[in-house]
Amino acid sequence: MSSVLDALAAVPAGTDVAAGRLSPDQYAKNFADMHDPLSRHEAVVESDRCYFCYDPPCQKACPTSIDIPMFIRKIGTGNVDGAAETIFSANILGGMCARVCPTETLCEEACVRNTAEDQPVRIGLLQRYATDHYMESHDGYGARKAPTGKTVAVVGAGPAGLAAAHALAAEGHDVTVFEARPKAGGLNEHGIASYKTVNDFAQKEVDFVLSIGGVTLETGKALGRDIRLGDLRRSYDAVFLGLGLQAVNALGLEGEGMLGVEDAVSWIETLRQAPDKAMVPVGRRVVVIGGGMTAVDAAVQARKLGAEEVTMVYRRGQESMNASTYEQEVAQVNGVKLVTFAAPVALHGANGVVTGVEFERTRMGLSGKLEGTGERVLIPADQVMKAIGQVFVPGPVAGETAEAVALDKGRIVVDADGRTSLPKVWAGGDCVLGGEDLTVQAVEHGKIAARSIHAALMG
Amino acid sequence: MADLRTDFIGIKSPNPFWLASAPPTDKKYNVERAFKAGWGGVVWKTLGEDPEIVNVNGPRYGAVHSNDRRLIALNNIELITDRPLEVNLREIAEVKKAFPDRAMVVSLMVPCEERNWTAIVKRVEETGCDGIELNFGCPHGMSERGMGSSVGQVPEYIEMVTRWCKAASRMPVIVKLTPNITDIRYPARAAKAGGADAVSLINTVSSIMSVDLDLFAPTPTIDGKGSHGGMCGPAVRPIALNMVAEIARDAATAGLPISGIGGVTTWKDAAEFIALGCGNVQVCTAAMTYGFKIVEEMIDGLSAYMDQKGFRSIEDFRGRAVPNVTDWQYLNLNYVTKARIDQDLCIKCGRCHIACEDTSHQAITHLVDGVRHFEVMDDECVGCNLCVNVCPVDNCITMVELTEGVDPRTGRPIHREYANWTTHPNNPAAANKVAAE
Ligand SMILES: Cc1cc2nc3c(=O)[nH]c(=O)nc-3n(C[C@H](O)[C@H](O)[C@H](O)COP(=O)(O)OP(=O)(O)OC[C@H]3O[C@@H](n4cnc5c(N)ncnc54)[C@H](O)[C@@H]3O)c2cc1C
Ligand SMILES: Cc1cc2nc3c(=O)[nH]c(=O)nc-3n(C[C@H](O)[C@H](O)[C@H](O)COP(=O)(O)O)c2cc1C
Ligand code: SF4
Ligand code: SF4
Ligand code: SF4
Repeated sequence: MSSVLDALAAVPAGTDVAAGRLSPDQYAKNFADMHDPLSRHEAVVESDRCYFCYDPPCQKACPTSIDIPMFIRKIGTGNVDGAAETIFSANILGGMCARVCPTETLCEEACVRNTAEDQPVRIGLLQRYATDHYMESHDGYGARKAPTGKTVAVVGAGPAGLAAAHALAAEGHDVTVFEARPKAGGLNEHGIASYKTVNDFAQKEVDFVLSIGGVTLETGKALGRDIRLGDLRRSYDAVFLGLGLQAVNALGLEGEGMLGVEDAVSWIETLRQAPDKAMVPVGRRVVVIGGGMTAVDAAVQARKLGAEEVTMVYRRGQESMNASTYEQEVAQVNGVKLVTFAAPVALHGANGVVTGVEFERTRMGLSGKLEGTGERVLIPADQVMKAIGQVFVPGPVAGETAEAVALDKGRIVVDADGRTSLPKVWAGGDCVLGGEDLTVQAVEHGKIAARSIHAALMG
Repeated sequence: MADLRTDFIGIKSPNPFWLASAPPTDKKYNVERAFKAGWGGVVWKTLGEDPEIVNVNGPRYGAVHSNDRRLIALNNIELITDRPLEVNLREIAEVKKAFPDRAMVVSLMVPCEERNWTAIVKRVEETGCDGIELNFGCPHGMSERGMGSSVGQVPEYIEMVTRWCKAASRMPVIVKLTPNITDIRYPARAAKAGGADAVSLINTVSSIMSVDLDLFAPTPTIDGKGSHGGMCGPAVRPIALNMVAEIARDAATAGLPISGIGGVTTWKDAAEFIALGCGNVQVCTAAMTYGFKIVEEMIDGLSAYMDQKGFRSIEDFRGRAVPNVTDWQYLNLNYVTKARIDQDLCIKCGRCHIACEDTSHQAITHLVDGVRHFEVMDDECVGCNLCVNVCPVDNCITMVELTEGVDPRTGRPIHREYANWTTHPNNPAAANKVAAE
């Protein structure tokens, strides 16, 4: 992993990829908080909109099952810290989730106010109001029970690992978190769009979570490189794997190594870690290939860095995109051009530097399969970002055959409690099969696995 | 176009919307603004004897709010006018002269002696106003000095003072009643016996609006202490409607003109008071919340309603609801209703279910074949109407009358003929009657 500053310095010579395209004011404005937090007045008025539903549909739609009507009611009665406690008791990363959850496809989509007037209760913003309020005056949430003497190794300090570590520490177990990167937080720190989590919130939240005590964080320790699964299984009473996804699908085209062709996730990581957004180089014309959340985030942030033309190209129709309608709107509002039904067929370049992408137009064939039409289009580009899905790198957990966890479709197989095929080893988050690749889902996996580990250790 | 003009005990006004005696009617400046905005009349803020009273210099209002700060009720610890009598009388005369078509009634409160009342009535008469209102209602401050509600709570005093005033003047006399009594019919009868031309009600309801949980004192708090005040606004309307109805259907006071007061905020509220027999309404809190302009909505809404119903004048529907106000014992026990949920309107919040399940009769489903679905089970529904009231969607749940067949809850056939408690077999009194016959 090269350092952030190396990545920032690597501006391809002879192309129109440049840093510092905007004035400091413009950067500040573009990367400001996406949603203004609610004021006390707004929060109280909004809380009044909640009907305190029975068997609330919003709670069912929340992967961590936060008691939404209860926390909203507490906001309404002025018990804002109590509201936050309701949230944290179900989701210790409730602060981040309030910022990054695609609420339009989760709790807010299920809110009965949609049926009533097409306008859900703004659950995400209310959740943020409560958690922000609590975090301003509390270093952490929850108290640690008496030590049990049991030890658990958590690998990966992303949302899944952090949630598991917090829950296990609360039960009195001693937890060691091994994190390959220099900083904890996983994609909260390295992947989430900057305007969703401003003011270094991800690190503040890591501190908040870990302040419960009983957790040792070891950064710069990679499973497979510095530590081995077999050793962890022998030295700890249980192991939780929250490894996330470490690579991005390749386009499978010639010239992917050309300057200017980037992996969207790494590019975002560089952006997130840059001490100053003005240092991040971006093309004048950027093509983002993909139709998911990562593609939208890359495209929008490229625009915010001053790219003149950003085109997001997706091989199927808009309705098949993984990015929600709301996210598509965010892209549009930020001036991202969307091209659908076009699949990349060739990368064009000169002197080892990319100059454009050639696409073939596609359509839904009669058999319901996507097929090429033969028609080709060339979109000129100084920078091309690949965002066609992330993949799990199995090496660290599947290397030693005797100690390998079972995989399916390239991800770790777990049961409903997060157990892998290997005794004493649990896993959760993006690295397991069947997840939704969302922060909140990772938190729930960590929480469920911790419950199961606790039961196993104490049983 | 409906004709909104009213003639209330000989006092004419272009519409039935008067401002009640309170801060909005305390001086010429306000009343002129009110008349320009379209109010049909005012009852001038209560006058007393000189030296003028003094008000507290700290907060004098308290309130009950909804979460989005809608004013549900207001309360006050204000006294009668704190301006010299002379100034008020001069201004009353000036405004009446400038707005001859509007009703100008003057509210009065002086110590309970004949000469005091006679003296002030004579002076008020000289202003050219249309009538007087005797304030027997104010529940705070003045009552401690033997005035206001301390008079209104003793029917003999009401009758006596009313008689003095009638004797002292040819002006129509309205007696304003306090709701802080057990049976409103007694003060109303006393007013009538004393010769009152009309009663107006209600004045404010004794109240403590809230307790400050840091100061541990009632609000509004004045230097660490609070006193009960008088509550008004939307929350008191049901109390007022009931008291108006009690007077309207009491044989002893039937036909006594009533000016309805208490929580009137929209044209609808006014129409309800009129349907219960009021010849006009008086408004205070709504004006104090939104300003005088709201009268436009009231006038327009009432006139549209009347047009739609084909009522040409207020008299066409005044009192129409009075015959339908009855005692519980005369309600038809053979009238069977069941709640019905309009599935197209239902937003599936589940409030009807949990209300009925936890606190009533377990008559609403929440899952049907594993799917979230709210439906009334007729064999459990007692027709209580709770679900209708807790449902957040207007008209989503309605009560439907069963007109034939069998009530699935009781297994008894539906009888459409009227039968009430007085003849019900479970009524010991009814059983006796049958035995005695
Ligand atoms: C660009 C982008 C934007 C996104 N935006 C959103 C969004 O707005 N909302 C949302 O809900 N979700 C979003 N997601 C998805 C969300 O970030 C993930 O679902 C979530 O972070 C998964 O959590 P995790 O703990 O499983 O994995 P990660 O967050 O990926 O964390 C895994 C951690 O494990 C560490 N690790 C990996 N391998 C090793 C090893 N061998 N040894 C030690 N440590 C290791 C990594 O360094 C990392 O810190 C986004 C994802 C991306 C890529
Ligand atoms: C601040 C305030 C002062 C009042 N002062 C008087 C008064 O001097 N004389 C009187 O008869 N009623 C007084 N009232 C009572 C009103 O006239 C009226 O009866 C009562 O507020 C109910 O009507 P509402 O619900 O429309 O406000 C006062 C009310 C308020 C809010
Ligand atoms: S569905 Fe909406 S209204 Fe109902 S409890 Fe949840 S947030 Fe409140
Ligand atoms: S009317 Fe009463 S008993 Fe019937 S369903 Fe509604 S709440 Fe239940
Ligand atoms: S209260 Fe009304 S909207 Fe809510 S579930 Fe019941 S019928 Fe439907």
